[in-house]
Amino acid sequence: MTQMIEAVMVLLVLTNLLLLGTSRLATCIRTVAIQGVALGTLPVLGHAHELSLRLVLLAVGSASLKGVVFPFLLFRAMREADVRHEIEPFVGYTASILIGIGSLAVSVWASSRITLPGPAVSSLVLPAALFTILVGLFVIVSRRKALMQVIGYLAMENGIYAFGVVLVGEIPMLVELGVLLDVFVAVLVMGIAIYHIRREYDHIDVDELDALKG
Amino acid sequence: MNLEGLVPFALALVLAPLLLGVINRTKAFFAGRRGAPLLQAYYDVAKLLRKGAVFSRTTTWVFRAGPILSLAAMLGGLALLPVGGFPAVVAFEGDFVLLAYLLGVARFFTVLAALDTGSAFEGMGASRDVTFSALAEPALLLGLAAVGREAGGLSLSGILPALTAATWLSAAPQIALVAAALLVVFLAENARVPVDDPDTHLELTMIHEVMILDHSGPDLGAILYASVLKLWILGGLLVGVALPVRTGTVLIDLASFLGGLFALAVLTGVIESTMARLRLVRIPQLLVGATTLSILALILVLR
Repeated sequence: MTQMIEAVMVLLVLTNLLLLGTSRLATCIRTVAIQGVALGTLPVLGHAHELSLRLVLLAVGSASLKGVVFPFLLFRAMREADVRHEIEPFVGYTASILIGIGSLAVSVWASSRITLPGPAVSSLVLPAALFTILVGLFVIVSRRKALMQVIGYLAMENGIYAFGVVLVGEIPMLVELGVLLDVFVAVLVMGIAIYHIRREYDHIDVDELDALKG
Repeated sequence: MNLEGLVPFALALVLAPLLLGVINRTKAFFAGRRGAPLLQAYYDVAKLLRKGAVFSRTTTWVFRAGPILSLAAMLGGLALLPVGGFPAVVAFEGDFVLLAYLLGVARFFTVLAALDTGSAFEGMGASRDVTFSALAEPALLLGLAAVGREAGGLSLSGILPALTAATWLSAAPQIALVAAALLVVFLAENARVPVDDPDTHLELTMIHEVMILDHSGPDLGAILYASVLKLWILGGLLVGVALPVRTGTVLIDLASFLGGLFALAVLTGVIESTMARLRLVRIPQLLVGATTLSILALILVLR
């Protein structure tokens, strides 16, 4: 099982790098969806010896929410706002990938210094989760389109999810569902917000939102 | 010096042009043509060697030395490559760095010869080739460093035979990442499709072909032969990493290596038939991506 979890973690890292290196919003949405589905399998993989209905439901619920519902909402927001590409990010794509490599190194270093309350399933989980959180943050600050910031937020949430599921293990179901609901509402609200920003300003470039309109 | 290493060395000298034939046949199959004979590269080399060479009056000895030196560098590189159950002809600690820089030496003299013609067109190709290979080099070196660390050796003859099926089972992500990075390096260094198109002579897109436009006769033959040897060396590296058949029986190992190499040639043909060339501005991104895969593999191995 450790092998499978490590494979998921490597997939997580690779999808993060893809997220940093691509300008097509559709690809970014799919990338985050793949992340979500891969992470959805983690509760099952992490507790394979004591599989319960609760874990399976959690896995199915989070995978379907992140793999089907969020992409659907985001694609709809993309259609409505009529944007396809992140054209001029604040940080270029090749530079973003290099920064990604740097933050991967930082996460590996940082996770070697963090002491965990319990034994981790794999020594790869902590760096990969930290890296995902960092990449999500970086996407939020370095991209211009409001949609990319939702995607960055989702990537960050994926990182936190990976962190929680594998390290803490037994998160109460209520907390888990609460987090999922929060994220769902956030994506829904941000989708609507993007639509309204687009209607007011004719674009969704967040750096120009401070220009008053009236 | 290992005398038994001379067997795959001689095999490579004989079989390398066949790789080009297999690639071209695959492409012809996809295009619905019958295609050139499998042995076309041999015919080409033989024909070019019989011809006379024409030298421009603006060129100097650098232009004449270029093809010979790159061929010599490729022969040196081939001597460092262990194949199947055989050790390399020459092996010492850290020889993978020498291999990377022998490829660099060959490129350096090709570029010098291109610049020596004084043609702005060839200078453009030279500048592109140097840029892209500078980006491909870290992917190659870091990838080899990662598998070297995994296998616990610094010599290619120590690294490649130590990558067995057991290594694949215990460290599959790492080796798969290195193999993917090496595939990109293989395609980029050999001027194959996502990076360069070996078929076209269209000015705006050419990288490798443009540098050898002024060579003729035996010189062009040497360049052609050196390029198929390069195909064999980098392909051999990739197959050595990606195909962990180490039975200990020499014949099976050798056969699986050759099978893997020709399967790689078919794969190259498939990639060339199904993919378009990338735009020039996108190529650095691809190569940086390959470097990223190598770095990731290295981090995974080191942790």
